[in-house]
Amino acid sequence: MHRIGVFVCWCGTNIAATVDVKAVAEAARKEPGVVFATDYQYMCSEAGQALIRQAIKDNALTGVVICSCSPRMHEATFRKTVQAAGLNPYMLEIANIREQCSWIHKDIKEGTEKAIILARTAIAKVMLNKPLTAGESAVTKRALVIGGGIAGIQSALDIAEAGYEVDIVEKQPTIGGKMTQIDKTFPTLDCAACILTPKMVDAAQNEKIKIFSYSQVEEVKGFVGSFKAKIRKKARFVDENLCTGCGDCTSKCPSKKNKNEFNLGLDNRPAIYIPFAQAVPKVAVIDAEACIKKKTGKCGLCEKVCSAGAIKYDQQDEIIEREYGAIVVATGFNPIKLDKYDEYAYSQSPDVVTSLELERLMNAAGPTQGTLLRPSDGTHPHTIVFIQCVGSRCDDARGKSYCSKICCMYTAKHAMLIREKYPDTDVHVFYIDVRTPGKNFDEFYRRAVEQYGVDYIKGMVGKVIPHDGKLLVQGSDLISNEQVKIDADMVVLAAAIEPDPTARSVATMLTASIDTNDFFTEAHPKLRPVESPTAGVFLSGVCQGPKDIPETVAQASACAAKVIGLLAKDKLLSNPCVARADESLCSGCSVCQNVCPYGAITYEDREFRIPGPKRSEIRRVAQVNEAVCQGCGACTVACPSGAMDLKGFSTKQIMAEVDAICR
Amino acid sequence: MTFSYYPGCTLKTKAKDLDMYARRSAQALGIDMQELAEWQCCGAVYPQAKDEIATKLSSVRALMSARDAGHDLMTLCSACHHVIKRVNNDMATDTDIRMKVNNYIKPELEYSGETKVVHYLEVLRDYVGFDELAKKVVNPLKGKKIAAYYGCLLLRPGSVMQFDDAENPSIMEDLIKAMGATPVLYANRNECCGGYVTLENRPTAQRRATSVVSSAKAAGADCIITACPLCMYNLDANCDESQKLPIIYFTELLAEALGVK
Repeated sequence: MHRIGVFVCWCGTNIAATVDVKAVAEAARKEPGVVFATDYQYMCSEAGQALIRQAIKDNALTGVVICSCSPRMHEATFRKTVQAAGLNPYMLEIANIREQCSWIHKDIKEGTEKAIILARTAIAKVMLNKPLTAGESAVTKRALVIGGGIAGIQSALDIAEAGYEVDIVEKQPTIGGKMTQIDKTFPTLDCAACILTPKMVDAAQNEKIKIFSYSQVEEVKGFVGSFKAKIRKKARFVDENLCTGCGDCTSKCPSKKNKNEFNLGLDNRPAIYIPFAQAVPKVAVIDAEACIKKKTGKCGLCEKVCSAGAIKYDQQDEIIEREYGAIVVATGFNPIKLDKYDEYAYSQSPDVVTSLELERLMNAAGPTQGTLLRPSDGTHPHTIVFIQCVGSRCDDARGKSYCSKICCMYTAKHAMLIREKYPDTDVHVFYIDVRTPGKNFDEFYRRAVEQYGVDYIKGMVGKVIPHDGKLLVQGSDLISNEQVKIDADMVVLAAAIEPDPTARSVATMLTASIDTNDFFTEAHPKLRPVESPTAGVFLSGVCQGPKDIPETVAQASACAAKVIGLLAKDKLLSNPCVARADESLCSGCSVCQNVCPYGAITYEDREFRIPGPKRSEIRRVAQVNEAVCQGCGACTVACPSGAMDLKGFSTKQIMAEVDAICR
Repeated sequence: MTFSYYPGCTLKTKAKDLDMYARRSAQALGIDMQELAEWQCCGAVYPQAKDEIATKLSSVRALMSARDAGHDLMTLCSACHHVIKRVNNDMATDTDIRMKVNNYIKPELEYSGETKVVHYLEVLRDYVGFDELAKKVVNPLKGKKIAAYYGCLLLRPGSVMQFDDAENPSIMEDLIKAMGATPVLYANRNECCGGYVTLENRPTAQRRATSVVSSAKAAGADCIITACPLCMYNLDANCDESQKLPIIYFTELLAEALGVK
């Protein structure tokens, strides 16, 4: 005999303003099987939970329905509540009357009607609920960090500090990421290399950290606590263990005219190269596309000069399989391509550069040894125009709708540094808004304006025209309502930033979700900002949204704390809502095995008793590995004979819900 | 290749050449231009006001006639193209405007932006193809350095016009190459010529026109081609004497190249 209790939450005015909660409780009370129904202001509060526990005891309830917010919000909370009162935690159903009802309706009558239907539906389902028990699975005490920029490095260092093993997988030949290309960092103007390279070295020397550089994660299988990853270690044609990083090979290589990625193509590098002096690992790599030996079979100079015998032209890609308990995504960002912004003449003049290119032009290890010179003719620029929001806060398909967040500050930094070093250079900055929230940020920007005399112009640039070695900049000054024309020597574009192009494939591989801009989605924007909705996958750095270095490092450490919390557990409770095959119905067709995204279904030969003289037969039937199954339900829909069913979401339960809605 | 054709008022008066050479070239290229019967003025700039309904009606009537004839609607004058394409977009995307216009016209079959509006240049690029066009050139314009002037009406707003990359267009340069001449790239080819303010603020129009023509001249152009009667007038009449270049309709050079001038 069912004894169901229904609890309707007001959620303050969130629900109560558009749903008559008393009427919902009243209607629920009339449903067959319901012996108790009430409403309360905040069901999730301690008092609300006490009310539920008391009602379970007083009325000997066998099942509970809570009409409240989305189960994503408080299902776990209420499961604990009913468990504390002696019920099986899976004898609970949530009717979402907030996100799917009160928040989207304006009319109380309509809202109440719908809330009653949703309550009725949950009651119909809970009648068919069966007690379920969560299984246990082990936790592999090692984390995988995808991406070796400052975010990945910081997360790895913190996880290692807690005593757990960490692997960093970085697709470039060195770790360090974008921060290695930056000259100085706001708001303190300390040099990026001075604060980053010690961390890179720490990561390399830490016994718990293993760095797979020039490598990519190719496949991830498994689930939280027990992931299995395949890592492709790309052939660098240099033996990492033998190379001493002396650089003899790079100076002798005859193929010298290859775009130097580290300096963003502003100068060239040889075919065999070490990305930069502080690279970690400091090991050379051969660019097979540019190497004469790889292309024609002749040359071999580097092999001759290498005293360590590290050059291996026949090296092959290597696949490494490793197991992990947790995965950190730290895939970072790139500035957008500017080919759709031809009004700024980026493709027409080498003197129009992006802000990241300017970093290299001002860096002592850059192509000009830190002297700011025009790329076109190597002369000293006397007038520089900065254009902000190139592709950010953009209302058409060319750019991004979001604010890239870091540009206002780095532009103020660039303007200030140029005025400091070259007082004869005029600096103009075109901006839509100057956004400098952050500790010591606005003071920094004020300094650029007040102390360094940077000319900030509110308005955008319409066109940049290369003419006679100058760049004619046409813009508007919205404050004086005038057209502005500036003959500039250089133009610097603050290009929007976007997630690294690998973000999408990494997300697919991990079944982690991304938003329309390819930024990874967090489990909750406020309360779970460093976790992905996919269990065991955590987010670090710009892959989750634009942020500067201080914020990235803070998030990386927060992410590490979550990983440590997971790895510290010896066992994880698994979700008992998994698929189950009814062997008497299974025809062994393999359809379920083919649709299962987790590889949780295998087939086994089993002996079945049958009527007749043979008495038994051997049949091939599906088996679900409960530790691997994530309860997605794909197999239950695909199964042609109805043999697959999902515990907690059985076909019977779902049909009962549909019936309740249609009643 | 049959199109319903909307010439517009100017092509019947000041810009007869633009129309005449277009028709001759079309014939040579096997394009059938069927002029809409009883077309009316596109409404010029007025239909672009959000709350205007009456001035959108004539564009909608042209669009409906093309739909009923079962053809895409071909335009030639930049301004008419701009107006008709934008009104069509309003009819396709703005439910309020669509409802009011249909209520006003009361057509047998409601109109909701289903006609495809194509400019003559787009027909050359997308239907004829510049490679095919080049094969039909009998009189290649060898050695001629031609500056293409786009103005603003054909290109912007880019999301509605979808004519070419608004900041770096290439369709007219590709046509110039197909005709055997050399295109001249210059910075102001997609800047406004100032034609719209020529009556109320002549000095601005003069400054704008001169900056366009002088920019083309500095880049070494012999002449400028355009698809817009207003630009044609303005670039010529309002340009500083010292900077002047011949301004020609693109259809005239096309007819010359195809040997039908």
